[in-house]
Amino acid sequence: MSATARPARKERIDRGIKVRTEGIYALMSWRELAYLTVPRLVLIVGLLSLPLVMPGMYWKRVISIVCIYALLALSFDFLAHFVGLVSLGGAFFVGTGSYLTAILNTKLGLSPLVSIPGATLIGGALCTLMLLPCLPLRGVYFAIVTLMYPLFLARVIEALDILGGTDGIMGIDSFPSAWLEQYFVIIMLLLFLFAVRRLVNTDLGLVLRAVKDNDQAVRASGMDVTRYRALAVFVASAIGCLAGACLVHIYMWAGISTFALDFSVLPIAATVIGGSGTLVGPLLGCLILVPVSELLRDFGTLRIVFYALILLAFIVFRSEGLMVYGQRKYHQIERWTKI
Amino acid sequence: MDILIYGTINSVVLALYALGFALVYGTSRLPNFAHGALYVLSGFIAWSALNTLGLNYFISIVLALVITAIIGAVIYRVFLIRVRGMEISEIIASYAVALAILEGLRWGGFKGMTYTLPPFIEGSTTIAGISVDYQRLLAVGIGAALVAFLWVFTHYTRIGLALQGMAQDERAALMLGIDSDFMAVVAMGLGSALAALAAIVLLPLGNIVVESGYNVLILAIAVCIVGGIGSWAGAVLAAFIIGFAQILTVVYLGSHFQMVVALLAIILTLILKPSGLFGQQKELEERV
Amino acid sequence: MTEEPLLEVREVTKNFGGIIALNRLDFTVDEGEILGIIGPNGSGKTTVANCITGFIKPSSGRILFRGRDITGMRPHRIADMGVTRTFQIMRPYYSLPAYKNMVIPLFSPRARRTGGWRGGGRLGDRNTVGIDILEEIGFERDSYVPYKVTATLPTGYLKRLELARCLALKPELIICDEVFSGLSMSEIASMVPLIERLQMDGITLIMIEHRLRELFKVANRVMVLNFGEKLVEGPPAEVMADKRVREAYFGSESAEEVMKHA
Repeated sequence: MSATARPARKERIDRGIKVRTEGIYALMSWRELAYLTVPRLVLIVGLLSLPLVMPGMYWKRVISIVCIYALLALSFDFLAHFVGLVSLGGAFFVGTGSYLTAILNTKLGLSPLVSIPGATLIGGALCTLMLLPCLPLRGVYFAIVTLMYPLFLARVIEALDILGGTDGIMGIDSFPSAWLEQYFVIIMLLLFLFAVRRLVNTDLGLVLRAVKDNDQAVRASGMDVTRYRALAVFVASAIGCLAGACLVHIYMWAGISTFALDFSVLPIAATVIGGSGTLVGPLLGCLILVPVSELLRDFGTLRIVFYALILLAFIVFRSEGLMVYGQRKYHQIERWTKI
Repeated sequence: MDILIYGTINSVVLALYALGFALVYGTSRLPNFAHGALYVLSGFIAWSALNTLGLNYFISIVLALVITAIIGAVIYRVFLIRVRGMEISEIIASYAVALAILEGLRWGGFKGMTYTLPPFIEGSTTIAGISVDYQRLLAVGIGAALVAFLWVFTHYTRIGLALQGMAQDERAALMLGIDSDFMAVVAMGLGSALAALAAIVLLPLGNIVVESGYNVLILAIAVCIVGGIGSWAGAVLAAFIIGFAQILTVVYLGSHFQMVVALLAIILTLILKPSGLFGQQKELEERV
Repeated sequence: MTEEPLLEVREVTKNFGGIIALNRLDFTVDEGEILGIIGPNGSGKTTVANCITGFIKPSSGRILFRGRDITGMRPHRIADMGVTRTFQIMRPYYSLPAYKNMVIPLFSPRARRTGGWRGGGRLGDRNTVGIDILEEIGFERDSYVPYKVTATLPTGYLKRLELARCLALKPELIICDEVFSGLSMSEIASMVPLIERLQMDGITLIMIEHRLRELFKVANRVMVLNFGEKLVEGPPAEVMADKRVREAYFGSESAEEVMKHA
């Protein structure tokens, strides 16, 4: 037995403060309270104050776009990580939401504050209905169908020249005030972030996670898996439609480009970079990718190649993502211990 | 009558699209979303070899076949094999590869001009009063020959039987000494070669466009879903059903709706009989 | 007054594209009894469980539960009626702690109607009910065991967890698929009283088993399957004495040998 090189292993244990904050002990001291609330406050305050520090209209709009993509990425992360359904067509939700709100606004004359919630709910129901056939089956089929829908819808609209055809629907109202336009999306994002986080930790959320883990066991426990998947898809598609609806009222125009590949691919790449499963990670990913994509705007579809390669690298080399790494560092300490 | 001829031609075309995809999915359970991308890529390679490098047409074709097969195998070996077994990651990874290739070609390869590959034989003939190009007839002939060849290959050659064994029960194949990882790479290479073959035969009929990459993928998936996974007969039958349905819609409704037919076919199959026409539900583990 | 059997399997055949897993299988199960199903490997035992619980549709034949035709019904509807099963290849939710596994079956409509095993009336907090059920089934309440992540639990506990999952639905019939396999002698010794207690509570059990000695301690009646057909049916001692059963298990030549030494 050599005494020179003693083998050591890396050990990860939860920080003391993390263990103390689980349960009622969190209220025992300011330090523990801060451990829990500071990250959330940073998120909320940071997001809300971002428009104030950004110079110029251009960057203020970029923030709105970031939030819209973040909503999409949130819905992707929720579906993929917590329910096991990979949606390769976020553009499907965006497109549906955008056209619905355009119709509600221009044809029915409803104000954006009515048409946006309307488009969210109706769009959610519509998308869920269209995705219903593949819900009883394995996840592959969901991926295939969500991949195809945006491609088809774009072509059908173009071919039949309905809903404005290639020109799109114009003359859509914008938000009543500039502040509302800026902050509506941010507040919606924060709202849904916390709401989905809450949902995932309820018993219902547990059932959804079980459906991802092992749907046969859920069936054997007397529950209709299709119904729960439909519920999850409704939530996710409603979020996506909301994003599309907001987008349209910001740009005051709805067209085929809302079915663009961008809306399908960037959320996936953002989720993977930011850390899937954390729900906040996708937001982080968007904060990084959207400005980058703006800078790459001159390169045309090379952007998508860029997202695709990043996505490929992260998926294949199984990188955990920024937020997952961050959370790990925050909650756990690593050290070398002798064996 | 012309519906019959065009329908048959279209059906064989669809079968050609689907063969490579079906092979890879049947063998290694990988839904190869990069299938359409490889199709367009091989066309691009053939075109570049022909026009940029000025090589002989025949050599260009062979080059395209070989290079595409190698690229497919390499992509699998380097990237996709790492996510083998994790369905979600497989889908995202192969989709990312497809996007990288297709959008990369859209940006860097095809810049506004129309790209074509010359047909093998010029001219046309008339069958029952309808004029049909020789190239299309050649496509049908090659398609039929390919299906027959593949059937023989998977039933009578060692590699083919190994692939069949893997398709039916991977653990048993492993126990019999078949290296399933290597076989999966081979399957991917073959699947890519089949995509390339389809491209070489069919691209001369029209232009080489990046959009066809997505279309080919969707049609291949449609044929496999409607026909049922793991069934050659089902795939052929599905190709004919969708093929004729497409021609009928073109004749009566207009050519915009061709792809919608594929989508409807998939949705209908998923609603009515998810395992496809001839798909077999094996054990509980292998369910649809 | 004749009592209607709880479960009737009538002439059920299952054809897996050429392989006949079940061949005109016909048997009944009375309420409150424990039926053992035994047979060599590949005789179709798990396929029977799959057909009864709706995971696989029979090619022909009928299955009746309390007189209602449940052939080909979807699995969750059948489970909702009180027919539950454990899985031979265990399926706990690996990433969750053990007691959280119970939340899912307790979320089902049936559990909400019946309040779960031993909980009468309205369902309370699912976490507490879950821990109660786990305690009934042998997880020590005050230890860390129910809180351990399922992936780290040994087989004995996992088998009990499978049973607990069924119990959360307050079942009328439990199909136990090889619940004794993979357990040590002492683990089995503690499972047997549990099975007896389930029977005393009025639950009917179908036990598919390979461990014959332990099965015969609890089973009232045993049925032997071979190549998807029913070979013999009757009380355990009778069945084991039957020459055909020995042939099925040991093959006809070695059956002679076994008979000599028996």
